Amino acid sequence: MSWTLIALLLLPLVGSLVVAFLRGNDRLAKSVALAFSLVELGLAVLAWTAFDPGGDRLQLTSSAEWIPAFGVHLSFGVDGIALVMIALIAFLVPVVIGGSWADKLPEGRSAGGFFALLLAMQTGMVGVFAATDVFVFYVFFEAVLVPMYFLIGRFGGPNRQYAAMKFFLYSLLGGLIMLASVIGLYVVSADKIGQGTFDWATLVTVTRDLPLSTQIWLFLGFFVAFAIKAPLVPLHTWLPDAGAEAPVGAGVLLVGILDKIGTFGFLRYCLPLFPAASKELAPVVLVLAVVGILYGSLLAVGQSDMKRFVAYTSIAHFGFIALGIFAFSSQAGAGAVLYMVNHGISTGMLFLVVGMVMARGGSRLIEDYGGMAKLTPVLGGLFFVAGLSSLALPGTNSFVSEFLVLIGSYPNEPVYTILAAVGMVLAALYVLWLYQRVFQGPVRGTAMLNLVGGPGAAVDPEKAAVPDLNKRELAVLAPLVALILVLGFYPKPVLDVITPSVGATLSEVGVADPVAQEGK
Amino acid sequence: MTEPVAASGIGSLAWLLLALPAFGALVLLVGGKRTDKWGHLLGCATVIAAFAYGVALFFDTVALSPDARTTEVHLFDWIPVEALNVEFGLRLDPLSLTFVLLITGVGSLIHIYSIGYMAHEAGRRKFFGYLNLFVAAMLLLVLGNGFVTLYFGWEGVGLASYLLIGWYQHKPEAASAAKKAFLMNRVGDLGLAIAIFLMFKTLGTTQYTEVFARVGEFSSAEVLAITLLLLLGACGKSGQFPLQAWLPDAMAGPTPVSALIHAATMVTAGVYLIARSNPIYNLSADGRLVVMIIGGVTLLIGCIIGCAYDDFKKVLAYSTVSQIGYMILAVGLGPIGYALGIMHLLTHGFFKAGLFLGAGSVMHGMNDEGNIRRMGGLMKKMPITFVTWTLGYLALIGFPFLSGYFSKDAIIAAAFSMEGWRGWVFGGVAALGAGLTAFYMTRLFVLVFLGKPRYTELRSADGREYHPHESPVSMTLPMIVLAVGSVGAGWFFSSGHNLAGWLTPSLGELQEQHGVLDHGVVNILVLALSALGAALGFLLFLRGEQPVERPARVSFPVRAARADLYGNALNEALFARPGTWLTRALVFVDNKGVDGLVNGSAALLGGSSGRLRRLQTGFVRSYALSMLLGAVFVLGALLMVRFS
Amino acid sequence: MTPTYYLLLSALLFSLGAVGVLVRRNAIVVFMCVELMLNAVNLSLVTFARINGGLDGQVMAFFVMVVAAAEVVVGLTIIMAIFKTRRSASVDDSNLLKY
Repeated sequence: MSWTLIALLLLPLVGSLVVAFLRGNDRLAKSVALAFSLVELGLAVLAWTAFDPGGDRLQLTSSAEWIPAFGVHLSFGVDGIALVMIALIAFLVPVVIGGSWADKLPEGRSAGGFFALLLAMQTGMVGVFAATDVFVFYVFFEAVLVPMYFLIGRFGGPNRQYAAMKFFLYSLLGGLIMLASVIGLYVVSADKIGQGTFDWATLVTVTRDLPLSTQIWLFLGFFVAFAIKAPLVPLHTWLPDAGAEAPVGAGVLLVGILDKIGTFGFLRYCLPLFPAASKELAPVVLVLAVVGILYGSLLAVGQSDMKRFVAYTSIAHFGFIALGIFAFSSQAGAGAVLYMVNHGISTGMLFLVVGMVMARGGSRLIEDYGGMAKLTPVLGGLFFVAGLSSLALPGTNSFVSEFLVLIGSYPNEPVYTILAAVGMVLAALYVLWLYQRVFQGPVRGTAMLNLVGGPGAAVDPEKAAVPDLNKRELAVLAPLVALILVLGFYPKPVLDVITPSVGATLSEVGVADPVAQEGK
Repeated sequence: MTEPVAASGIGSLAWLLLALPAFGALVLLVGGKRTDKWGHLLGCATVIAAFAYGVALFFDTVALSPDARTTEVHLFDWIPVEALNVEFGLRLDPLSLTFVLLITGVGSLIHIYSIGYMAHEAGRRKFFGYLNLFVAAMLLLVLGNGFVTLYFGWEGVGLASYLLIGWYQHKPEAASAAKKAFLMNRVGDLGLAIAIFLMFKTLGTTQYTEVFARVGEFSSAEVLAITLLLLLGACGKSGQFPLQAWLPDAMAGPTPVSALIHAATMVTAGVYLIARSNPIYNLSADGRLVVMIIGGVTLLIGCIIGCAYDDFKKVLAYSTVSQIGYMILAVGLGPIGYALGIMHLLTHGFFKAGLFLGAGSVMHGMNDEGNIRRMGGLMKKMPITFVTWTLGYLALIGFPFLSGYFSKDAIIAAAFSMEGWRGWVFGGVAALGAGLTAFYMTRLFVLVFLGKPRYTELRSADGREYHPHESPVSMTLPMIVLAVGSVGAGWFFSSGHNLAGWLTPSLGELQEQHGVLDHGVVNILVLALSALGAALGFLLFLRGEQPVERPARVSFPVRAARADLYGNALNEALFARPGTWLTRALVFVDNKGVDGLVNGSAALLGGSSGRLRRLQTGFVRSYALSMLLGAVFVLGALLMVRFS
Repeated sequence: MTPTYYLLLSALLFSLGAVGVLVRRNAIVVFMCVELMLNAVNLSLVTFARINGGLDGQVMAFFVMVVAAAEVVVGLTIIMAIFKTRRSASVDDSNLLKY
């Protein structure tokens, strides 16, 4: 019985309630929320140190009976994959709180409510990754929708109601289809071992012997839910809307964490529970993944709205993650998991800097900006760093993961890998073109011209009305930049945690590495 | 190929080579305005320190026996996952040390030059930060002990090149040129990346030592694929056909950048890559043939376009394209050419950097004017620039006993030393290129330095009069040093096969063969062609008045050359425009098609429930009637079942 | 005595009530017609109880009466309230509860 995970789960919930009662005093509410999230980060570090990469499949476990009639247990535990995701959550939430500190909220909304919802969502997200009971997983899977729905619907942009509803309906649809499969698992286990169970570790030993057709149906139930979450083309259209309308902080968590539930689900549920179906349907998923990479990249090139742009780049990145997961090699799998972490960091940072650009210009449209680097060089530089991480330049974190995904996929799937690698060129195109339009060239665009005092006004960077990054914004971005570089140069500590779990997953699927280690 | 041993002595400190400039870049870029006062000094200091260390390392290595000159420094495990273990390590061998000296040596000179050249720029320390970043990445490229570390440096120099081409980023053309350079480089990087994947698939490793030792395990198809993919990478980085279009545009960057990155060091990385991968290229004659074809085609393209441009730096850029074509041709020759390619790379590094710095000096004195038709007669106004530039010019066209004479002629001779049609075709192309080179360089030389001044009546773009003047010492000093190199380097490298012998542990013995034409005959032929080209240049451009505006009515070849032989138009028609249309079409499909389907089903549901809602009229009696009818219907159904 | 007549009477009363509910506009009359239908059902319940010799139908009839009494209380109150606000007891006038 380990209390670390329980504490990680409950602390943000307590924080959320406390902050909800402080709605009158915004400043206090923010500070309390930040304090809770920092303590949570400390707890996550504790969990990291307590985790033994060479140890059991699931660690830090705890379990209690919940609904005995259906064999539901409140059981929690992490493997390396879940651990790095929980660490990412714990890292991102304080960053998001700092990044949303000075957000302009819609009329009549209080900061306390916003931060209470953020913390509530943190509990939900930790629960999704920590649950080891399929039913509990399902409950958390649906539960995170609620705070996110309110974050988008109450605190979002002008079209927030539409976006929130779309997000909710899409996810709910996926969730319900998954529920059918969850119930199916219970029935199947009752059939096989006499007593129905939702326990993941038990189910893995049961379901792998199922006939292929049963596996495929149950697989599809989970897969559709996760493909909506991840999102894979063609189930992606909720993300650009939700990403664009969500407030920046919620957008970071939406794309950085919530979407990873989908890819995490592939790894934790689809692959080990239904190995035969996974192998059977892998070609389909690979096609979807490669289409997603190219399609998302091309659409990102064509976007005129910065936040939708970030959402579409994410669709391309999720293609890489799905490719890595379904290529069935330890390099590609480890790369995919590392990609999940890195994408949270780099896209999170991209969202935040886009938010900072918007905080100055007041518009989401790319054409309203131009030549901003001259006025705000530090913001321009950090925007560029986020972009470099997004296009996977070596030396940044994303390179390691993208490289691992591609080099690991190549031995099994050379054609798909080469097509996916074309996405690298497109990534350079969309990042650099966005940077060129917003930051380079002469000062132009309605938003910028309004700030400097109309067209034809003399632009003097020293006296410009556009403030460069302040201390708070620098403090928010600094840890992200540090992680981008550190993980770019020395990803070994994270890879050491991920690799054994990915290896275990692959052996549950029953595939061997295409390129075997010498001497083994 | 000798097996590396772990480095000892001062070799084990080789990480300093990367760390010094990287530290400089970090301090200058993170430090911000606080470092404005002394930033340029720090930038120079780190590179000069790296150079000093490189020289020490060089002499330390020369003292060893040739077999012991290849050493490795393991720094840390970079990407270890199961069978894949990408090390972050350095390989010190004659080839990489040669490059270290070139990069830090020329790099130091150009850093010093930049102090003067960029003196009036507000963000000078940022410029030095970028330059330091470049030096660090370039050193990683040549020092890395595996293909992935090479790739790291490869993209790193691409980044530095992007930042420096786009230095004047408020100018749209500079921003576009920077983006274009990065993108075309990425296309090449794709080839390099896939080659790495292929190596991992077959060998399970990407480290030089293991790949080169087990190169026999590749099937011949894989070898061919790898050679072609690496060539694609080289084409992107080195501005070779069909990816040459970015290099002339890259001249939008400040001139020291053009000299360091786009003439002396980065653009030659493709040559380094092929030379470094010589064990793989040795296995595939077909692969090498393609390399030679690319080199030959590019060197002609560069020469032809170079004849037509009026922009000082763009002519030099196309000259660079064509000279790198020579180098690629040389390394494509295989064991008879690897060392020659490297030798030309080094001499070219000297004289082309010198030519660019001279161009920068001229433009610095001419209100940043780049149009050579607006110059003329600058010989007297800028004596030092004139003398150093002339030496570089003579070295480039292969004037006897200057650098280019030794290095370029050796390549042409080696091309002629192949048997059969290959000897005639590639030798002939290379010799023809020498003649063209002499012609366009003479044109440039005459239009800029000789004849009568044409600028006296003109104003520069910002409305100032031209008052050409000599540049400060910090700028002329590097030019003088490079001029000395242009004069003496070729002789030094080739006497007694100095360089080839030194490079043998990395590239293998330089072989010689006797094909279609003998060395002596080639020597005379090339001299004759060069003299012819130069004489033609003097005849055409020294006599009479040269128009300040460029003539509009010209023959088709000139028009084609002015339009980059339609390379840009082709890119535009093949990629840019279809890409734009595809993107627009996809955005439309995504909004109207995929999302339309989703929103459409939502609208369908909403619409049909809207219709159904109308049944709810609010009249109680109609509800009562429907209840009654329902009850009757149910009753009737029950009775039907009962009595039928 | 055959129970058929009772059933015929019950059917007649029910039909009268149903037609009344459908065609009359006055809420009070509609209400009384509903009562008529309820009592028609009561009659047939009792008749069938008699035919089958059990008590179930008679007990059910009492339930109906109790519920009907309660319903009258609520229903009349509603009608009174509507009449107070709209000055009309016509069921067609109170048609606001619609799409």
